Amino acid sequence: MIYDAVIIGGGVVGTAIAWQLARYDISILLVERESDFCEGTSKANSGIVHSGYDPIPGSLKAKMNIRGNQMIRELRDVLDYDFVQNGAMVLAFSKDELVQLETLRRQGIENGVPGIEVLDRDEILRREPNLSKDVLSALFFPTSGIICPFSLTYAFWENAHANNAEARLGCDVKNIEKNGDIFILTTSAGVVEARTVINAAGVYADLINNMLSPRKITITPRRGEYVLLDKTERGFVKSTIFQMPTAAGKGVLVTPTAHGNILVGPDSVDIADKECTATDSEGLDYVMRSARKSAPEVNFRKIITSFSGLRAHPEGGDFIIDMPLPGFFNAAGIESPGLTSSPAIGEMVSEMVSDYLKAKKKSRYIEERKGIVKSALLPPAERARLIDSDSRYGNIICRCEEISEGEIVEAIRRGATTLDGVKRRVRAGMGRCQGGFCTPRVMEILSRELHVPMESIRKNNRGSEVLV
Amino acid sequence: MRELVVIGGGAAGLAAAVSAYDSGIRDILIVERGTELGGILNQCIHNGFGLHTFKEELTGPEYASRFIKEAEERGIEHVLGAMVIDIKPHCVTYVCPSGVVMEETKAIILTMGCRERPRGALNIPGYRPAGIFSAGTAQRLVNIEGYDVGKRIVILGSGDIGLIMARRLTLEGAKVLAVAEIMPYSGGLKRNIVQCLNDYSIPLYLSHTVVDIKGKERVEGVTIAAVDENRKPIKGSEIEFECDTLLLSVGLLPENELSSKAGVALSPVTNGPVVNDKLETSLDGIFAAGNVLHVHDLVDYVSEEAAIAGRNAAEYIKGSFVEGERVAVKAINGVRYTIPQYISKEAGSVTIRFRVSGVFENKYIVVRKGDDVIKRIKKRILTPGEMEKVELSSVDFNDDITLEVSNG
Repeated sequence: MIYDAVIIGGGVVGTAIAWQLARYDISILLVERESDFCEGTSKANSGIVHSGYDPIPGSLKAKMNIRGNQMIRELRDVLDYDFVQNGAMVLAFSKDELVQLETLRRQGIENGVPGIEVLDRDEILRREPNLSKDVLSALFFPTSGIICPFSLTYAFWENAHANNAEARLGCDVKNIEKNGDIFILTTSAGVVEARTVINAAGVYADLINNMLSPRKITITPRRGEYVLLDKTERGFVKSTIFQMPTAAGKGVLVTPTAHGNILVGPDSVDIADKECTATDSEGLDYVMRSARKSAPEVNFRKIITSFSGLRAHPEGGDFIIDMPLPGFFNAAGIESPGLTSSPAIGEMVSEMVSDYLKAKKKSRYIEERKGIVKSALLPPAERARLIDSDSRYGNIICRCEEISEGEIVEAIRRGATTLDGVKRRVRAGMGRCQGGFCTPRVMEILSRELHVPMESIRKNNRGSEVLV
Repeated sequence: MRELVVIGGGAAGLAAAVSAYDSGIRDILIVERGTELGGILNQCIHNGFGLHTFKEELTGPEYASRFIKEAEERGIEHVLGAMVIDIKPHCVTYVCPSGVVMEETKAIILTMGCRERPRGALNIPGYRPAGIFSAGTAQRLVNIEGYDVGKRIVILGSGDIGLIMARRLTLEGAKVLAVAEIMPYSGGLKRNIVQCLNDYSIPLYLSHTVVDIKGKERVEGVTIAAVDENRKPIKGSEIEFECDTLLLSVGLLPENELSSKAGVALSPVTNGPVVNDKLETSLDGIFAAGNVLHVHDLVDYVSEEAAIAGRNAAEYIKGSFVEGERVAVKAINGVRYTIPQYISKEAGSVTIRFRVSGVFENKYIVVRKGDDVIKRIKKRILTPGEMEKVELSSVDFNDDITLEVSNG
């Protein structure tokens, strides 16, 4: 079969494109190298829905950011992802930074960021009493928010799939050729033929583009390291706290997460290895030191995990969304604010692709997607009713996050095949003991539901079997 | 309304329930989240339990079964697969496969035990591959489920579970290459160092920590390095091990998220509730014992302590509880903490359990009431890994008590 559209990459950008493209009456295949969605840049980032003050006015980043922010705020009830509009502050600590703050304010207005407030020191400390008393002034961006990037990616994919998009996981694209109007993709999981190819391959988008496109691009992995604090620290800050942006990015932030932890990071280091998501002690130390400038009392004794992610930094600095040859589309160099921009990129790319294919909208299209129920967050009576209808919702497996067997089984039904797949869908193992207690039990449920032996249960990718 | 709800059916919960029963309380419910009573003892299949209580060497499951039998003989009610989600004075709410249950109760005993500190709490850099286990998780997989967790193993931390697992995995055919301990002394019992490491020629690297983990999917290697007096790694001292597994035995934390949510005052040193000699917490009718109160090294002492909590909860329920004035117990000069932290003036006799903050040889434990020395005990060796106790009998507790490590 020849697919109308093949999307390379199952991160938030690839799935957002699939989600928008599935509105058209075309055949769609998403190919993903890893064994699950959301395995690259999308899984390890700040989880911020940026308001849009930072990108250079007129850039694609600025345009996608503003549109994406608006879409994420509007679509929450439609796609049921974990998003909280908590607002963001950018702090100024010196006279120089006060000048920069004003420049940033004007830039925000020029980009179309709504509702920017200027806060004085008293107001800042009234709203966020744990911030440094050295702060002089701040901008507040009310449309900024926090999101669980996994939930957004799975929401895009589950809705795309409900509208008949297909996926092939564990499918690594080795080569692309064009034969007449047809693209022939050689992959680790067979040959795939397509009328259009969409490159959303994250840090590998340069390799994919450079297989075919006359215009070569370079994507540099830019590592960012984070530390995550226990939910006991909930409320330490309410909004997302930024320092003044520099050439290297928006700097180290201190933010609540959509689930109530406190997240601190990232640093920003260009590296050569597109696979190197290891943390190092210098990076983690830098992140913690920098965060203390904003919030001196942040309690690093409450760290429950640290991690790093790779941003796909493009040469030139702006997103690369184009059609370098007929039928081949790039959504490349999608670094920050990529998560925020993802639905807008999905919209833009799907318009480009559907124009090219002269595709028509489907007559019947499923708009809504429901997330997996969070039994612990239900009111007691509703929770009791749920347990009454399925007693597995009363069997708590992950004690830290209070995740039931019912939720884990549902995560598996929706495609989780690994410990991380379960963890990212329903947060079993995401809490303060980091899976110490629930790992063996989640493995048993995976083994039982998937009819595979315990020894073949993996943490995530091939080669990550838990037992030997 | 029930008389007593015991949260957790492990060593502490069982002993507390049995003791409350023997003190005349009949309407008792043990709420256990696991699928059987006995708690973590069920996965501790090595021997050495019960030397103090039963004067014989039992395995963990054997030790647990004696208390389970005692509870059963008394007809003490329990519910399994039940996760407590909320505690308030006189009310416990739990979730189980039959629904959400709210139990109103006169008294509550907290016996939830502890959990292991995860890798993240240490901020060990490197990749996050499969093959990194806390020692207790590995213990469960090996002892309960019967699986192999690794072939070549490095252990970080010399806590007792890590030491026990070093021996256990060796017996299962794995090669334990090293145990690294960041402190200059072991966090475990001396007998476990001898029986689990020395007897199997497993090297213990004191003042060493893990500085890198290699392997993106599965652990491929672990690098350890010596640390200086500030516990910072010393460049050039790295030792690399080719291995597929890293076990972490880097400390236990009392599980007090529920207690904390309920408003129980916690000690920043023990991470457990602040209690008086009756093991009553800062909240009316809520008692605590076992590893949720402070981490123990011997289960015998857990049982002893829980029996005290059970007895006092019974007195509280019967209304024969006197809430009098109290004095503080202060830990100073080498004593890291004490349990209890307060003693009521009429207590008369009290057992104070404590830990020291370093290794001391040929010192004295000195107990003062006000400025007066009321007890002095010579100790050949004191280590943080071994819990100590002093028994004070027939004391008029009319002034604060101080415990310290002293030269004379």
